Amino acid sequence: MLDFLYLVPIALVLGALALGAFMWALGSGQYEDLDGAAERILFDDEDRPLK
Amino acid sequence: MASGFAEKAFSTAANGGRVRADELRLASRVLKDGFRQVEISVPTMHCGGCMQKVEKGLAKLPGVSEARVNLTSKRVTVRWQDEGVPPPLVETLHSLGFEAHLTDAKADAKDHTFSELLRALAIAGFAAGNIMMLSVSVWTGADPATRDLFHWISAAIAVPALVYSGRIFFRSAWGALRRGHTNMDVPISIGVLLAFGLSLYETIHHGSHAYFDAAASLLFFLLIGRTLDHLMRERARTAVTGLANLAARGALVLRPDGTRVYTPVDDLKPGMTIQLSAGERIPVDARVISGQSNLDCSLVTGESLPRPASAGMLLQAGTMNLTGPLTIEAMSDAKDSFLAEMVRMMEAAEAGRSGFRRISDRAAQLYAPAVHTAAFLTFVGWMIATGDVHRAITVAIAVLIITCPCALGLAVPMVQVVAARRLFEKGILLKDGGALERLAEIDTVVLDKTGTLTLGAPRLLNGETLEPAIMALAARIAVHSQHPYARALAAFADGTDVSLLDDARITEVSGAGLEAHIGEHVYRLGRPSWAVAERVEAGAGRHSSNVVLSKDGKLLGAFEFSDPLRDGAAETLQELKQSGIAIEILSGDRAETVRRVAESLGIAFSSDVRPDGKVAHIGSLQDSGRKVLMVGDGLNDAPALVAAHASMAPASAADIGRNAADLVFLHESLMAVPQAFRIALSARKLVYQNLALAVIYNLCAVPIAIAGFVTPLVAAIAMSLSSLLVVANALRLRDGGRLGYFDAKTWDILPRLRPVARSA
Repeated sequence: MLDFLYLVPIALVLGALALGAFMWALGSGQYEDLDGAAERILFDDEDRPLK
Repeated sequence: MASGFAEKAFSTAANGGRVRADELRLASRVLKDGFRQVEISVPTMHCGGCMQKVEKGLAKLPGVSEARVNLTSKRVTVRWQDEGVPPPLVETLHSLGFEAHLTDAKADAKDHTFSELLRALAIAGFAAGNIMMLSVSVWTGADPATRDLFHWISAAIAVPALVYSGRIFFRSAWGALRRGHTNMDVPISIGVLLAFGLSLYETIHHGSHAYFDAAASLLFFLLIGRTLDHLMRERARTAVTGLANLAARGALVLRPDGTRVYTPVDDLKPGMTIQLSAGERIPVDARVISGQSNLDCSLVTGESLPRPASAGMLLQAGTMNLTGPLTIEAMSDAKDSFLAEMVRMMEAAEAGRSGFRRISDRAAQLYAPAVHTAAFLTFVGWMIATGDVHRAITVAIAVLIITCPCALGLAVPMVQVVAARRLFEKGILLKDGGALERLAEIDTVVLDKTGTLTLGAPRLLNGETLEPAIMALAARIAVHSQHPYARALAAFADGTDVSLLDDARITEVSGAGLEAHIGEHVYRLGRPSWAVAERVEAGAGRHSSNVVLSKDGKLLGAFEFSDPLRDGAAETLQELKQSGIAIEILSGDRAETVRRVAESLGIAFSSDVRPDGKVAHIGSLQDSGRKVLMVGDGLNDAPALVAAHASMAPASAADIGRNAADLVFLHESLMAVPQAFRIALSARKLVYQNLALAVIYNLCAVPIAIAGFVTPLVAAIAMSLSSLLVVANALRLRDGGRLGYFDAKTWDILPRLRPVARSA
């Protein structure tokens, strides 16, 4: 019965981690150019977004 | 700003798509460590190959540290070491085969609202999901201690979500209330806050029901609608501003000490002497001091043929200097120029349109008081029946929640996003959903002539009937001029072998034509009275042509030009007439030119109309109860575009015209007008259906809620169902009955633009 004492926090933390990952991705400009990102996967060079 | 620098860089004239180094510098921004960064719009990029070509090509230039393409917005960001002359970025792109324009730094600000909405949406989604998970556990039967714990956890999740995601609605609701009216966000805010307040009260007093899940998922659904709404408007807008940027950013000022300085437009003062080369736009209202040239006034007056300019003439900002260099004296500041006057007229016209209320706002006007009255009456009724305050409040809040305007909040933006997508597929950019609603109401179409009904560029009529050798010779001479007739001649010879003539042997005589010395002969291409010796001129006159080619004064060939109608013009008018829409032409061009076009199409016309006259004409039509769609392209149409109930502009329009118009069509065909009108009509039908669905849903759900039968589970299910229903209905707007809207790339509308942007 006390399972939820750790299960609920685990569920929330995992959810929060996913949310944090999304926020980070959004902040680092990964949603700025979805078309370009789809094409860049075929390039061999190193690259990162220009701010 | 950069005086020594201007000297070195002035050789790259801003001619035919080339960009002054100074202009590049003005458009860029300074980064730390001595780097500069600029964004360049490259509308013809469309694949990974283009991206690599652009990035590699630019990165190879000396001084360039990085070049990064954004394929979605079709822009490349370039960073270079700031030492003297900037690298020839635009020229390099041209030589790689890409059309390129500097983008306006102001129009270019990142879309902060969108990322704010996305963040709010993510938080609301996270909160709704987790609270729902806890709620389901409670609903399936939890002992009181567990239930209270879960309610507390729900509250802990709901509070930050409410504060963060809800503020988008609270802010707008507060703004509306402060100005004394309501909008959609007022009932939303009240519903959410009351639901949250009651849930918190219940939690504190160990109640059996809490509505945190309802509050959070309400926010989640509404934010989806809000985000879609914003996405549609913003994407279209960046595409519109990204296509080209025509306004002059600065001018080469000749200072009393003889030095030349490239000065930003905003710093130009009356009395300054400006050197204007051929192909440059006039930055501020000015007077010609010396030089001879032809001016293309089509953006300003709508007149299609160039006007000769000579010393003493007054010039209006925005006019293009076509053929020769001019020295001009500025007559006004940038803020007092003709251009600025247009902007002021547009602002004045804007006020006239603000009376328009969007459907969702009008619905909210009825909806908000109805819902609040229903909830209040429920409360009063339950108080009288049971005398139990807590019970009465609970039921009243259940009424508020179940009438949640999800359907309303989603219905309108959803239909508009789908409609915008269908318009995109047809090459029409929609600026915002309100424009679609206005377009559906129109009953009169007012068309500008030059550039709208006609293409605004003369075309050669009798190319086929002339001897190929004469055509080729004429084209070889014509490529040396920017005059529209010369360009039409040159375009006709495109693809045939045009070996260029030696520049030095061609001279351009302003207002007359081109003179070429080939071998011992003198060839003249231009005005018949100038090119042909007098005794032959009578013969040339018979051709009624504006341009002839002569060899040593003897006529070789006469060329006839006309400004052709845009594709589909006749069909467009036909279709509009069939829909019962009145049509007329409103042009700034000369009467005889306009009459010819109007009579061939059989519609009414007014000619020689100044920009303020256009606004007044549309105003008088609207005063007599007409809803006017203005279709126009020039700077002179811009105030009229804003004054009209709805407006459209072709992609070839002046920047300011495109920005003023509600819709921009990228294809050449005028058929875009009836197409957009049809889609607007069916979108309006779907919006009304969705509103009707929302009303029916409320008629069914509200009595159940008032009767006190609504549990949180029922409320959540009913709310979701109503939302799904309106979304499904909105999707019916798609072509071909294909299902699975979300399988297609809902989020990126721009790939749809590739074919049309290329053809534009």
